[in-house]
Amino acid sequence: MIVNTQTIKKLAAQGKRLDGRGLTEFRGPITIETDISWTAEGSAKVTIGDTVVLAGVKMSLEKPYNDTPDQGGIMINAELTPMSSSQYERGPPGIKAIELSRVTDRGIREAKAIDMKKLCVTPGEKAWFVIIDIVTINDAGNLFDAAGVAVLAALKNARFPTVDAETGAIDYKKKTDQKLPLLKEPLSVTVYKINGALVLDLTTEEEQVYEARLTVASDSNGIISAMQKGGEGPLSLEEIEKMVTLSMEKASFLRGELDKSVQ
Amino acid sequence: MAYTERADGRKVGELRPMEVKAGVVPSADGSASFKIGKTWAIAAVRGPRELFPRFLQNPKKGLLRCHYTMMPFSGSGERIRPGNSRRSQEISMVMQKALEPVVDLSAFPNAVVDIFIELPQTDAGTRCAAISAASIALADAGIPMKDMISSVAVGQVDGLVCADLTYNEEAIDAPVSDIPIAMLHNTKEITLLQMDGEITKDDLMKALELGKGAADLVYAEQMKALQARFKEVSQ
Repeated sequence: MIVNTQTIKKLAAQGKRLDGRGLTEFRGPITIETDISWTAEGSAKVTIGDTVVLAGVKMSLEKPYNDTPDQGGIMINAELTPMSSSQYERGPPGIKAIELSRVTDRGIREAKAIDMKKLCVTPGEKAWFVIIDIVTINDAGNLFDAAGVAVLAALKNARFPTVDAETGAIDYKKKTDQKLPLLKEPLSVTVYKINGALVLDLTTEEEQVYEARLTVASDSNGIISAMQKGGEGPLSLEEIEKMVTLSMEKASFLRGELDKSVQ
Repeated sequence: MAYTERADGRKVGELRPMEVKAGVVPSADGSASFKIGKTWAIAAVRGPRELFPRFLQNPKKGLLRCHYTMMPFSGSGERIRPGNSRRSQEISMVMQKALEPVVDLSAFPNAVVDIFIELPQTDAGTRCAAISAASIALADAGIPMKDMISSVAVGQVDGLVCADLTYNEEAIDAPVSDIPIAMLHNTKEITLLQMDGEITKDDLMKALELGKGAADLVYAEQMKALQARFKEVSQ
């Protein structure tokens, strides 16, 4: 990929970008569609500009972990498909996919967004485990934010499958109308630093240039549940404060978009 | 003959509703989305590009590769573990063989054209949807092709020869057969032929005959999607 490194940096310092957007302006259109896969217990498709991400929820009954016998569990996995970018190859997840899934996972898990105790059916024996898979269709930048919205939308869309009272077998083809016990709705927004300026919703090209980034997951009450710094450049305390403020502001913007599309 | 009327009310040669679109993955060289009933395949073409590792390169012509993947949440039962399975590798291979006869890569020595197929949801007929999507994506990418490949399953459900079987029809407790086929539009030659279940020779030939009309229905949707795409691009 040929990147206008110097131009992107020069423009950022002047508060401008290659595509004419403001530094904190998201690409449009942002679309959030749920129930896009009948085989998943919950699913969503999110687009931010040309970036397209799907998320799907599958649920299963498992034995709880020994240290939390009265709780279910969640797991978030990300597949950066070679379909979505020429940068990605087939095979086991690379470090980028692992970071994406772990940062998204922490945002949900550490906010205690899902009431894990309510996922327990029989303590020490049986509990619901929720696996959310993120699959990229087109990576045009800012997978972090798109994946976060897709995961939350899919979780909100999820309905438990039917369980046979006698055999305990799950009938995935028949869903109940019971939703997941969602206590909070954390969303993450990643703020990037390019040549000293704070920039949001990067394109793939801009992602080659940034010095540092900070992902912040926050809920509607302004509680922060997870953070991740990336990039080689250091950040000052002042910068971190500005980044957190900006991230939380934009998280409520994304929450507004989500509420418009998903009940 | 117990199965005289199809569970969803379709006529024997009728396909499930299709929703077909070209150009759904902006960063790819060509792409398509192919929905038939509750089966959904997305295909993206990347290439021609240089093939690595080098020893795989063919100096006479470019190589076509298919990569078929079911998304982890796309099965009607438990979650599917990500990564290659024996099934997905076999399907990728037969897809490749189904598409190769119409693709001319002689102008691209040492290169590869990769087709990535992802299925967000499935209800039988996934390899057919994948091939139909891949064929549109190849055309969208401008890869030289001498014909279009249209793919659909035909078969027999308890004596009733019909097209585009659903999962429920395949699962009926009676003799059933599922025959995925892919067809060149102009010559009606068959480039994919698999079958499992049980069928008489007469019914097999009847099913393949029915497949011609069924493939034509797929072809019509493929062309509509490509025409819409070319209008979009030329604007």
